[in-house]
Amino acid sequence: MISFHYARASCVGEALQEVAGDANAKFIAGGTNLIDLMKMDVERPTKVIDITRLPLKRVERTPGGGLRIGALVRNTDLAYHPLVEQRYPVLADAIMAGASQQLRNMASTGGNLLQRTRCAYFYDIATPCNKREPGSGCSAIEGQNRMHAILGGSEACIATHPSDMCVALAMLDAKVHVGSASGDRVIAFADFHRLPGDTPQRDTHLNAGEIITAVELPPKGFATNYTYLKIRDRLSYAFALVSVAVGLELDGDTIKEGRFALGGVAHKPWRDPQAEAVLRGQPAHAATFARAAGVVLRDARGYAHNTFKIDLARRCIVRALTQAACGTPQSQSAKKIV
Amino acid sequence: MAPYIGTATSRVDGVAKVTGAAKYAAEFNTPGLVYGSIVTSTIAKGWIKRVDGSAAMRVKGVIDVLSHEHRPPMADDDKAYADEVAPLGSPFRPLYDNRVMFSRQPIALVVAETSEIARFGESLVRVEYEVEAPVTDLNRERDAAVPVKPPTNPFEALFTPPKPRGAPERALAAAAMRHEAEYCTPIEHHNPMELYAATVIYHADGKLTLYDKTQGVQNIQRYVCSVFGMKPEDVRVMSPFVGGAFGNGLRPNFEIVLAVLAARALRRSVRVVLTRPQMYALGYRPAMIQRIGLGATTDGTLDAITHDAITVTSEYEDYYRQETGWSGLLYTCANAKYAHKLAKLDLPTACDMRCPSAATGVYALECAMDELAVALKADPLELRLRCYSERDQNNNRPFGSKALRECYRQGAQAFGWDKRNPEPRSMRDGADLVGWGMATGVWDAFQAPITVRIALSANGHAEVACATSDIGTGTRTIMAQVAADMLGLPLDHISINLGDSNLPQSPVEGGSWIAVSVSNGIATTAASIRDELLRLAKQIPNSPLAATAPGEVALIDGKLADKGDVSRAISISDAMRQGGVERIEQEKTTNPSADAARAHNTHSAVFAEVKVDEQLGVIRVTRVVSAVAAGRILNTKTAGSQVLGSVVWGIGMALHEETLIDHRFGRVMNANIAEYHMPVNADVHDIKVIFVDEPDDSNPLGIKGVGEIGIVGVAAAIANAVYHATGKRVRDLPITLDKLSP
Repeated sequence: MISFHYARASCVGEALQEVAGDANAKFIAGGTNLIDLMKMDVERPTKVIDITRLPLKRVERTPGGGLRIGALVRNTDLAYHPLVEQRYPVLADAIMAGASQQLRNMASTGGNLLQRTRCAYFYDIATPCNKREPGSGCSAIEGQNRMHAILGGSEACIATHPSDMCVALAMLDAKVHVGSASGDRVIAFADFHRLPGDTPQRDTHLNAGEIITAVELPPKGFATNYTYLKIRDRLSYAFALVSVAVGLELDGDTIKEGRFALGGVAHKPWRDPQAEAVLRGQPAHAATFARAAGVVLRDARGYAHNTFKIDLARRCIVRALTQAACGTPQSQSAKKIV
Repeated sequence: MAPYIGTATSRVDGVAKVTGAAKYAAEFNTPGLVYGSIVTSTIAKGWIKRVDGSAAMRVKGVIDVLSHEHRPPMADDDKAYADEVAPLGSPFRPLYDNRVMFSRQPIALVVAETSEIARFGESLVRVEYEVEAPVTDLNRERDAAVPVKPPTNPFEALFTPPKPRGAPERALAAAAMRHEAEYCTPIEHHNPMELYAATVIYHADGKLTLYDKTQGVQNIQRYVCSVFGMKPEDVRVMSPFVGGAFGNGLRPNFEIVLAVLAARALRRSVRVVLTRPQMYALGYRPAMIQRIGLGATTDGTLDAITHDAITVTSEYEDYYRQETGWSGLLYTCANAKYAHKLAKLDLPTACDMRCPSAATGVYALECAMDELAVALKADPLELRLRCYSERDQNNNRPFGSKALRECYRQGAQAFGWDKRNPEPRSMRDGADLVGWGMATGVWDAFQAPITVRIALSANGHAEVACATSDIGTGTRTIMAQVAADMLGLPLDHISINLGDSNLPQSPVEGGSWIAVSVSNGIATTAASIRDELLRLAKQIPNSPLAATAPGEVALIDGKLADKGDVSRAISISDAMRQGGVERIEQEKTTNPSADAARAHNTHSAVFAEVKVDEQLGVIRVTRVVSAVAAGRILNTKTAGSQVLGSVVWGIGMALHEETLIDHRFGRVMNANIAEYHMPVNADVHDIKVIFVDEPDDSNPLGIKGVGEIGIVGVAAAIANAVYHATGKRVRDLPITLDKLSP
């Protein structure tokens, strides 16, 4: 762990001022990931800017009927917020599927979006990793890659994004509000995280000097037919091998609109409009779901230890869509799969 | 006063532990304490060309950077580093020379005024290596594995395969029913909650007081004295509380060497705490490949057992335990043979982990027995009863006691085993396939020489002293219970003093031998206290005990009483005051009864229920019943906790635990407790522990010890249940869901 300067900001403007022109400065909110990375010498910020006092802690209705979630709303507070529980239960469930109670109590909404991969090589400075040290090589492609990507990987990186919450946000078509010295902008969730390509050191399209101020949910929350199904190597406190967030709008047995996003399989929460198109107007049964799964996984590629994820993802998608269609979402406390 | 032995007595140190009053090795403070942060190797094999600590030394607050190039003298012969439980070979010497033998090997120590500065300094140390290609893959090295050396003494013989009997190859070839298969288990790490830590207090006269996380303070004392050429009276080792060790603290670990090294170099008090990743550079349960052959008649009588093991150790020490012999001990079989080979890899030396040898050896055997039962279309429990051994055939002797039949009976009844449909995939619960499996457990009942001192005061309080550790098992509590009963005093009149090398001799705490050893030790010393009291009591004019022999009196409710007529009694305080003594102190050594004519073992029967989601392969262990026969149970609460914890560990062994090594780097890649999976609360459901009665006269108190037996058989019972649920036999642990995919 290296020595660093500490600054505390009391408003967004101050935070932006502190970060301006300092490429090695980092914001800290819950610190649930950044501190770990600093202890491992993976992140070596020269300055850490504490943003926990910024006034970004509210969950508010938007004029358009959606919800605006301040960047500093704690994961636990968000999961138990009545409006989230009632209108966006898939988001509440996805949050509860992640980490532990203690971590969720600390972790912030904005920080969740910015958490880094849990690829073991990224965390170990004794090994090559393109994400940590561009150009050093990817150790995972021919190494321990059980947890790694089957979709959207590159020759440079097959890391996955670790978040559960983001999988639900991707499915819900959330928007990310960003502030900077040059003005504010809004990024569609699908465009927020990026694929590794040949610059895997960049996880997102957030620019230097920008700060996440809020995440906005559109009105549609799929509160009737939804699920968050997460499959992992133990029944709690493990990252997803595969997870699926589903939202369905049904008309009888017919799918009016069907969305699903995958976690644990790519460098970003994975959505595929072509696969969702397969669902539209079709009967909500297993054959339809399997077709959609086939489309989303058409380009899936496995490595020595994670090829099983392709077939596992197929079965998870079918199961999750079935859970959503039946109105029997996966419980995050009872670990029995419904 | 009711006896304490056999009751559910709460831990006497429970309040101290949950309030933080109990101090662990890294919590002892002294003025001027400085902190060491360990630099570890990034390579697994090679040579250090240069350790450059100059950048670290420029940091304000950094005091020194120690390495093999810059350190006080250390012994230069292997013998000096061979501790009480060292295996054959050339023990690792931290910071000794420029050789790198495993990844994360300690190669330098940055000492600074604060732990933060030390850690920053550590990040600035640059090391240049001459790199060699490491070999850490057991599968690659299995053909190069070499047989373990024949034993040269009875101690080594505990670990080498037993002698063969009959004509096992011929019997196996001729058997009507035959099962042969290979079972693989990975490297596992202990992962105790408490990090390994040492605080060395440097006294003005150069004497040292060491607080170390260890399972044996006297082992550490002897080791430090021989490595640093110090006198025993100059080195005191304390370890009053240990936050879990599980075998990994039996041998001295490198935190103590580095802390002593720095204290002697700087003449200051030093603390060294390992980081969690550094904990993966300590010992581990060796990965192994076991091959089991079982031959039987069609009625399920075993006629041949072959059990071969290949296990992992380092390049520099031959660590091995006897995985194979359990097969021929547990079941009656005329023909048996065993073999054990070692694969020497570029890793640290393997070490004992809870129930070393049996946890893995019996796993393989009990899965093989399940497979044989399937082949025979026999009930797995019936097959075990048919093959039940009434004698230890490995050594041709009877058992001191063996209530395994009762474990089978009570365990099966509590579990409802008779309702099992033998057909795989036949039992369901909604989308879940339900599987029921069972297995047997067995472990040794050792006893070791030990010395206990008791000081009894005239006010009816007693202090019991012994150097043993309490690694979290509840040793302090059972010592207090036994002492209270033996001295006829209330529990809160007993104080226990342990974990200090100045106290009377104790072996390391391991092998489940401390409860039996120290309890009988307390009984011996208490008897001599009683004799002294009787001597005093007889001097009282008109003493009611004037004619009573030592064997006829007991200490009951604060009095020395005639066992035949308790009204003939004299209170402890009267006896002592009349005799003019305020304090009676006795110190006695108790040796185990040399009962080699009988085998001494604990046993268990484990029944497990799993529910497996048919579509996704997600496994839940919904019920476990563990019925244990382990002689007299001293404390049903702490013993029950020992078995519960063991069952949880068995769940981890079956489904979760695996140290993942990247063999290109020879490096553990999941060196943290987020990615090294062990069961969390969600993975643990209903666990029932049963202790069956097992009278045993092998030692005066009839105790056997329960620290380890609880894990044996659990992984096999779960693996067998997974087969019963799914029809799929997974023979390499852990059983992750991908191994069940179609």
